[in-house]
Amino acid sequence: MSEALVRLEDIHVRFARQPVLEGARLDVRAGEIVTLIGPNGAGKTTLVRTVLGLLKPDRGSVWRKPRLRIGYMPQKLHVDATLPLTVLRFLRLVPGVDRSRALAALTEVGAEQVIDSPLQSISGGELQRVLLARALLREPELLVLDEPVQGVDVTGQAELYRMIGRLRDRHGCGVVMVSHDLHLVMSATDQVVCLNRHVCCSGHPEQVSNDPAFRELFGQDARSLAIYHHHHDHAHDLHGAVLRPHVHDDKCGHRHG
Amino acid sequence: MADFLVNALIAGLSLALVAGPLGSLVVWRRMAYFGDTLSHAALFGVALGLMLDVSPTLAVTVACVLLAVLLVTLQQRQPLASDTLLGILAHSTLSLGLVTLSFMRDVRIDLMGYLFGDLLAVGSHDLLWIVGGSALVLVLLMLLWRPLLAVTVHEELARVEGLPVTAIRLALMLLIAVVIAVAMKIVGVLLITSLLIIPAAAAQRHARTPEGMAVGASLLGVVAVCLGLAMSWYEDTPAGPSIVVSAAGLFLASFILPRRPA
Repeated sequence: MSEALVRLEDIHVRFARQPVLEGARLDVRAGEIVTLIGPNGAGKTTLVRTVLGLLKPDRGSVWRKPRLRIGYMPQKLHVDATLPLTVLRFLRLVPGVDRSRALAALTEVGAEQVIDSPLQSISGGELQRVLLARALLREPELLVLDEPVQGVDVTGQAELYRMIGRLRDRHGCGVVMVSHDLHLVMSATDQVVCLNRHVCCSGHPEQVSNDPAFRELFGQDARSLAIYHHHHDHAHDLHGAVLRPHVHDDKCGHRHG
Repeated sequence: MADFLVNALIAGLSLALVAGPLGSLVVWRRMAYFGDTLSHAALFGVALGLMLDVSPTLAVTVACVLLAVLLVTLQQRQPLASDTLLGILAHSTLSLGLVTLSFMRDVRIDLMGYLFGDLLAVGSHDLLWIVGGSALVLVLLMLLWRPLLAVTVHEELARVEGLPVTAIRLALMLLIAVVIAVAMKIVGVLLITSLLIIPAAAAQRHARTPEGMAVGASLLGVVAVCLGLAMSWYEDTPAGPSIVVSAAGLFLASFILPRRPA
């Protein structure tokens, strides 16, 4: 088995007394793509921030490989319009980067044409690629991508996911990403973690996509995905609390919130 | 040329040089109102300094730092928006400073000098503080420039990449506090922020790199100081406001000049 990069166990986080994560866990190994899916408010971004060390959980254990180099691609980047910053200069904020290294990273993500453009003038899709290039310049052992395809059209999304797969192959890094797009993400992932404050189900995409918990979370969308079998021992009420005695079927008419 | 004019020129020019890069950061990070609040608190610092008989420059720096800490604490503890908090703190500290000064009946101070500056009265002792303080801030800005830019672009990205973000933000607040303490003699507490943001805003339209904007702002600040002092010398206008009026004129002129094609 490949080298472990990050291991989170029994993570509990509360914001303003509201539980956001209750006993979540996550395991990432080198060369593995792990995708977090789940409804809004499921705590995906909170779990990612815990992986990054931006947030200290109230309870639970966080283990990172010592001196783990993380390349982080944030959900969005807002740079004030008054700051005159080209893409090249933005990439050179990473220490030790010169023009040729920046160009190589941009070429790798297919955005070499914007190297001298002002950062605020490039399109949403180009900006995502530039952010990915910046993460790569860190020579990461772990890439963390928070909704990497946001603001990118559907064809671009599929291509971006394929690119993330290629980058993983080439750099041998582990990847953690957050996503909403079930269809596209399933084909590009080794492990899917279905989150709703705790881990509802996880595993290989084909397994997860037919998990009752997964189908309940995503309703109609889930049915058009591949089928697989695995039993789940609990359900959720509207607040996400676990309801053990209740058995779900398609007619019970509620979903996770 | 008269001695007091030479002193005024040296003081004004050293402040203009450091105000360029620092003002650019203030503009990029939208901290203009923060700077304004700190400078209002400076008058309270003056009052404290007179009361405790310590150097006003030191007292002002300490007052600004205390205010910055108070602001950060309040931001985390209650739901009022930052601009509301800044408004409360700016005017409360200014009033507190005026009230405190009024209690010290045996101390005669030139209030107008503190509010609007008294550049032509800069003595050699003041000059040492102003030049030394400006030079120190300028050197620290150069050393911290890349991390300051990285934090301005994206704080969390900077944190993940291993930068001590909290310390860098604190350092920026301290640098602003020192410059306010230094600039008070030159343009007064009510006009300090203008010297930070007007040259930076004027340089912004024609700059292509962060450093270009910072250097451009410094140069425009130097021009504003020279124009303002000339106006003051020939027309007998107050020096501090004349410098600010000159800077505002340069800002308007930056719109007339055509922007270079990208």
